[in-house]
Formats: sequence, C-alpha cells, structure tokens
Amino acid sequence: MTSNKPKSSIVIIGNGISGITTARHIRKQSNVEITIISDESPYFFSRTALMYVYMGHMQFEHTQPYENNFWEKNKISLVHKRVAKLISEKHMLAFEDGSSIVYDKLVIATGSKPNRFGWPGQNLKAVQGLYHKQDLEQLEAWSGSIKSATIVGGGLIGIELAEMLHSQGKKVHFLVRESSFWNAILPEEESEMINQHIRLHGIDLQLETELKGIESNEEGRAKGVHTTRNEFIECQWVGLTVGVSPNIDFLKNSSLETGKGIKVNSFLETNLPHVYAIGDCAEQTEPLEGRQPIEAVWYTGRMMGETLAKTLVGEKTKYVPGNWFNSAKFFDIEYQTYGTVTSTPVYEEEQQLFWKHPKKNNSIRLSFNPSTNTLLGCITMGVRLRHSVFDEWLTNKEPMDSVIKNFKTANFDPEFYPTYEKELTMEWETLKRHNNP
Amino acid sequence: MIVTRQKGSLLVGASGLILLLSTLVFTPQNKLIILSASMLMLVSGSLIYFKEVYGSSLSGIKNNGVWFNALTAKGIWGWVLGMTLTAFYVAIYWFPEVLGFNSNGTSSGFVSLFDPLSYVLNGNPATQWFLYGTLYTLAILIFGVKFIWKYRHNRYQIIRTVSVMFFQLCFAFLIPEILGKLNPETPYFAKDLKNMWPLNYYFLDQWHLKNMLNGGNLGLVFLGTGLALMFLISPILTYLYGKRWYCSWVCGCGALAETAGDPFRQLSSKKVSVWKFERWMIHVVLVFISITTIAVLWSFLSSNKSMSIISREQFVGGVVVFILILMGVLFFWKKDGLNKDAKYTLLSLGIILIAVLSIQAFSGEKNILFINSYTLQKWYGFGIGAAFSGVLGVGFYPILGSRVWCRFGCPMAAILGLQQRLLSRFRITTNGGQCISCGNCSTYCEMGIDVRAYAQRGENIVRSSCVGCGVCSAVCPRGVLKLENGPLENRINSENYPLGNTLK
Repeated sequence: MTSNKPKSSIVIIGNGISGITTARHIRKQSNVEITIISDESPYFFSRTALMYVYMGHMQFEHTQPYENNFWEKNKISLVHKRVAKLISEKHMLAFEDGSSIVYDKLVIATGSKPNRFGWPGQNLKAVQGLYHKQDLEQLEAWSGSIKSATIVGGGLIGIELAEMLHSQGKKVHFLVRESSFWNAILPEEESEMINQHIRLHGIDLQLETELKGIESNEEGRAKGVHTTRNEFIECQWVGLTVGVSPNIDFLKNSSLETGKGIKVNSFLETNLPHVYAIGDCAEQTEPLEGRQPIEAVWYTGRMMGETLAKTLVGEKTKYVPGNWFNSAKFFDIEYQTYGTVTSTPVYEEEQQLFWKHPKKNNSIRLSFNPSTNTLLGCITMGVRLRHSVFDEWLTNKEPMDSVIKNFKTANFDPEFYPTYEKELTMEWETLKRHNNP
Repeated sequence: MIVTRQKGSLLVGASGLILLLSTLVFTPQNKLIILSASMLMLVSGSLIYFKEVYGSSLSGIKNNGVWFNALTAKGIWGWVLGMTLTAFYVAIYWFPEVLGFNSNGTSSGFVSLFDPLSYVLNGNPATQWFLYGTLYTLAILIFGVKFIWKYRHNRYQIIRTVSVMFFQLCFAFLIPEILGKLNPETPYFAKDLKNMWPLNYYFLDQWHLKNMLNGGNLGLVFLGTGLALMFLISPILTYLYGKRWYCSWVCGCGALAETAGDPFRQLSSKKVSVWKFERWMIHVVLVFISITTIAVLWSFLSSNKSMSIISREQFVGGVVVFILILMGVLFFWKKDGLNKDAKYTLLSLGIILIAVLSIQAFSGEKNILFINSYTLQKWYGFGIGAAFSGVLGVGFYPILGSRVWCRFGCPMAAILGLQQRLLSRFRITTNGGQCISCGNCSTYCEMGIDVRAYAQRGENIVRSSCVGCGVCSAVCPRGVLKLENGPLENRINSENYPLGNTLK
C-alpha cells in the first residue's frame, strides 16, 4: 500500500446529496483520502424522505441509501462533529468540541436552513421548520400533544408537512401568502387543481393569508397564531416553511466571500484557493441563462457533486447542468416538469398547450416558442413522462408537431394506464387552427 | 360514523372467524349452517371493513403507519400471527388429526366442517388438504379484493390481482376438484394445470407419471400440457414479459404473497449479505430438485420399461445433450460480458451433468450416488415442499416478509429468474435523473431488491429475483420506475452519471 499512499486529503463539510455524491465520484477515480464531516447524522440519508418516516411508511434506516459498512469499505472517513470555524490560512477547520482537522482541498456542502422572518413568537416551543433530521425528531417529540397545527408558507415543504400531520389525524391549517398554491411556479389550472386537492383532504387551506404572530401559553409553547385576516387559530404546533436559505453562519468571520450563499464561479470555486462550495449553500456568480444563482434542489446538488468530483481528481470541469427538470408529489398528485414553463408567460415568447382530464387529476402542459413552434418545456400532473425523451427534445428544440406525433414515446406511466395522446393531439390541432385561421 | 362501521364490520368478521375456529374443539351438528354462517360473516365482515378503510379516503398510496403497527412492523401481533400460522402449517402437514382429520374413517371437527362443500365439489368428505385449499383460496380472494381497494388508482395492480384471484379460484381450486369428481375412476394426479415442474416437484415422479399415463385422455392432456409448459410456453412467456407472467400473475404461492402477504412485503431484508445468501440458496435448491428428478426418472425408466417410450440410456443421453446445448448457448453469450448469475448457471448445470453421468456409471437400478432416489425425493418433499414453502414461507410472513419461499427456496423462481436475467425483454426502467433516493421502492420490494441502488444511479433494474409486482413503481413519489418489455439491446445499462448533467 505504501506505493499508493494518498497524496492529498479532501475534506467535505456536509453529508447530504451534494457532499456524498462528490465523495463517491472521487472514490471511483482516485484513492485520495476523503473525510466527510456532519453534525446532523452519522450516515448519509435522503432528506426528502424524512416525511415518510413521520408518516410511518419507512423507518429512518430505510432513508439511508448505503449500508453502514459502505463508507469503511470505500475508505471514506466520517466525522460526526460540528464545524465552528474555517481557518483558511492554515487550511484548517476548527470543531465545536475544540478539535480540528487539516485539509488540502475543502468542499463546503452545508445545505440550507429554514427561513424565519422575525415574527413575534417565532422562537417559542413547538414552532419549527422541517429540514434537518433534528427537526423531524422535534416534531415527533411534539406530535403526541398536537391536536391541530398551523403551517405557514405554501411551498413544497409546507405541503409535505400538511400531508405528514394530516396522516396522523391532526387538524391542519395551512396559511399561504399567494392567491393560489405555489403559483409562482405552477400555472393557474395546475395550482387550482392542487388547491382543491388539498381541501379535499380536509386541510384548512387559507390563501392570501400570512402570519402576524404566534401566541404563547404559560409554558412558553405556541398555543395559536394570529393571521393577517385578523383571525386567531388555536393550535399546539406551528410549522414555518417560508423557504430556505444557505446554511453558512459558521463562515461569517472567515475570508470566504459570501452573499446569500457562498459565491462560486462556474467551476464551483470560491474566492479562496482549494475551497469549493456546492449544493444549496452555493451561489453562482455567473449562472447559466434562465437559471437561478441558488437552486436548492436535490438534482442540482447531485450534479454539482458529480462535476466537482471530476475537478478534484484532476480534470477541471465546468458546472453545466443540462435541461432543467424537477418533480414533486402533492398528497396524491405527482408533478413533473422538464424545460421551461412559465406560470404567466409573455405571449410573444411562450405559448402553451394545455389539456386536463375532465374529471381526474391528470393534466399535460407543453410550452413552445410561438415564432419557431419548437418545444420549450412541459408540466404534468398525474402523468409520468420519460426524462430521456424530453431531454433530447429540449436539446434538439423539437418542433411541436413532432412532439405531439411522438408523444407516446415519452409516456412513462405504468402499463395499462389510460393514455392521453389522442386528447392532446386534438387540443394541439385546435390551438393550431386558432393560431393560423 | 366511518369508525363505527369499521368496528362493526370487524366485529362481524371476527365473530365469523371465531365460529369457524370453534370447530377445532367441537363437531357441529349441522355443518352446513355453521359453515355457511361463519363464511358469510367472515367474508362480508372483512369485505365491508376493507371498503370502509380504503374506500373512505382518496385513492393513492396507503402506507401510513405501516411501521408503527405491531402487526406489520414485527411487533407483538406480528409474532402472534406468525406463530399461529406456523402452528397451523405444522398441524396440516404432520398432525392433521389435531384439525379433526381421521385417515381411517370419518373425520370430525374443523376438517369435517367443510364436508358439505367438499361433497358438492368433488363428491367426497373433506380432508385436511381440502380444508387447506379452501382457506387458501378464500384468503386470496378476500385479501385480493382488499388489495384492489388499496391500489384502485393503479390499473396494473388491479388487473394483476384479478389475474391471480382467477387462476387460484379456477385453476388451483375449482377445476381440479370438479375434474376429480367427473373422473372418479382415474388414479390421482395433480390437476392444477399451471402448477408445473419444478414447483410441483413430484410431477415427474414414478407414481405420478404412472397415474397420468393410466389416466386416460385427461391424464395425457395433463402430461402433455405439463411438458409443454416446461419446455415451450414458459420460456416464450418469460422471454416476452419476464418471470412476472408466472410469479405475480399466475402462481398460487405468488397469489397468496401478493394478497394476504401484502401487509408484510416491507419486512424482507435488503442487506447485500442476504442477497448473496439468496443466490446460493435458491440455486442449490434448483440443483437439488434437478438431480432428484433426473434420478427419479431414471428409476422410472428402469422399472417400467413397458410404459416408457424411451430407454433410460436414451433419456440420459437426451438430458446430457440438452444440458450441453444450454451450456453452449450460455458460453456463446459470455462473449457479451456475462456476469455472476451466468457463472452460477454454468456451475449449476455442470453439477447436474456430472450427477447424471454418475448415475450412469455407478448406480444400480434405483440408486443415485448410492442414495435411494425415493429417500432423496422424500427429503425434498419434507424439507423444501413442506417445511420451506409452507411453514417458513407462509408461517413467517409477519417476520421475514411475504416472499421468503419465492426468494430463497422456489426452484421454479430460480429457473425463471435465470432466464429473466439472461434472455428476456423485461426490465424496470429508471427515469433518467429523477430519483431522490427516498427509499420507498426498496422498502416495499417484497423480494428484498435494493431498487434504489440502481434507480439513484440511473440504471435499469434487471434482477433475476424480480417478480414484477410493480409496487416499487407504484410507491415511487417521483415517477421514476416503469416495468417494461423492450428490445434486448441496452437493457442492462450502467450510466456513470444520471441524466441531467452534461458530463460524459
């Protein structure tokens, strides 16, 4: 083994999808020393699956994609500590327990933390977000004494929390600032479909409603919330899910350049040599056209990890994510999107073809460039589409006629499911006649 | 309201079950009334209960609280149920008199309760096997309806479940009983058409072959169909659709696992070490049953020269040629980079080949490797046929999951699995880069496949053990998995980076 002695050591802060992907891809190509630091959990788990643990679909162990001996087998050291400070001059990280570690290359992948906007009572007991494993444990500890709960913020984590609490028979009040659920992303019809679905599940969805403050009982625990509709909602637990922001407080006094997140260039390099940042905590100084500087989703974290691993094994590689894609599930309705679909499109730049099942929660929306009639993107509800086909169509700027004609090849629903190609084709013909009378 | 109706229906169903089981201690005067009453209560109570539980909520995935429930999460009720089922299997196989069966005369108690039904169907009083078959079919039907309620949003699950219910009710239960009644003179042979060798391990036994050959046209039809299934129909269907055509659409063991066993599917172990054990175990069983069967056929041909159309030397020659062709085909494939599974195949077949030659060289009329072939067969029947498939396979549903037998012990699943891995159009496709590694697919895989391990890397799942139940695809929250039949090219893909990146 002496001949293979690792030349340098890579230290990764954060064992979420970004950090873990980096480590795995480095290990595939190099025997460099790898250390992953996490205070949150000893082993990698899927953050997106925490909800299923609360709902009893899975045990926490099931959210861990690798068996515990995987890390030792792959010679990846795990350190279960919290980093207090980055001392970049010395290439050193100081832990909260007083110990420290030296790195040759440092990867910061510390993810996000839930936002709080200074509401009165936001630090009371039984007021929390849902992001970390500890948040889940807290919620589980409170759960027995919750009869009704209020969730503030109509995003993906908000609706997940609503589903979670509802699954255990809690009365859920769901305060959403917007006039319709997630309508910055979802077009009107899809958003309305989700509104109705949320209500059908018995959730008290209050649109255009914000939190004014949280009231405390004599033990310092939340006992209810005041809303901007001047209503008081009695509840024993409050979930704050008004977005997340980069988890970089521990870097405050370092010489690392930060904005909302850690500033990185397209090679995921920070202003300090040998220090990189990826995932939710990274802020692109030069994002690709049409993309956000911070994209806090699972997939981009994974892609940044894959890219950075190449750089770290000596093949300097630019972070170039492909066509945008995402997915989610709103209670029982699956959502998928590929490419660009704007919730309120500018007519000259983007037109949309929309089909919805008359009774069921299935819909397909295709957006296209009206001057070239080429595909821009899609959103589906309750319909699964094949990533590889759409990726190819988006890259090739596929003409809409061909997309409609070959839509069957993009179908990814289970066998025997009803198909919607005929209906979609009819909608397309109607739209075409309307556009070229 | 919903809750009271749930409780009420549960009470009715439970009363029916108690009435049914009360015959373990006393023999009813009027069997017809007690049987009808208990069945009516059991069936209607449980069906109304399942309708209330699943029908009262919106359609979708229904796994809330699975890991909090003492029945489905290996808690106290899981163990109680497991022990009860195990006790029942032990009684059925080895102590049927506990259930009231009397081999020398009139049965009493639980077994005799089913006399009225038995007389209608086959014209004879009930045996413990009739009792077992009835309860087995009933369980598949009741829990099949439950499964359909639970997955009513998923057409694949509905159609598949209707299929297993149909095959169990008609092919495994009604047709054999009725054929038995219509042909009272013919000697006994298995009349469940779909139950082919080696799942039906005695299909090629001397007594069974003799009975089929002496069973008139009916016997010849069953012999012909059995052979056609083995050598023609099964390979074709497995090529087209994967082993799911049998394991989760037709098979009776699969039917019980998919319906009554569904609440326990998440208990199968996903450990890599268990997978390793599984591969050895199931192939050892396959080799064992193959050797046993060849030996038994050898003995049959040795002692029944008049009934045989081929001599035992021709038979052995045929087997050797058959295996050599198979091995040749596999070696030909090896050029395309065959992996572990293929090596297991070659090894297994090699062992069989050597065993056959050993018979030829060393044994007398009835002995294979100096062991009496019937002793071997008896041990297989005891160890694999009864202890494994019944006691461990079903009795341990609530402890080890619903597919223990199919995963570790079924030689049929082993054969179909080898073909599925090597020569089939079936695969589970991963949808590009959409996987979020949540683990629902792996958790709910009854065969213990770590589906996520493939999905999160963007790889298709092509595993010999996959029975194609489709539940991984159903529980996936992001639409990542799809069971598909397609061309063999690029069926086993291994992407370095899941789709979404521009990396190569």
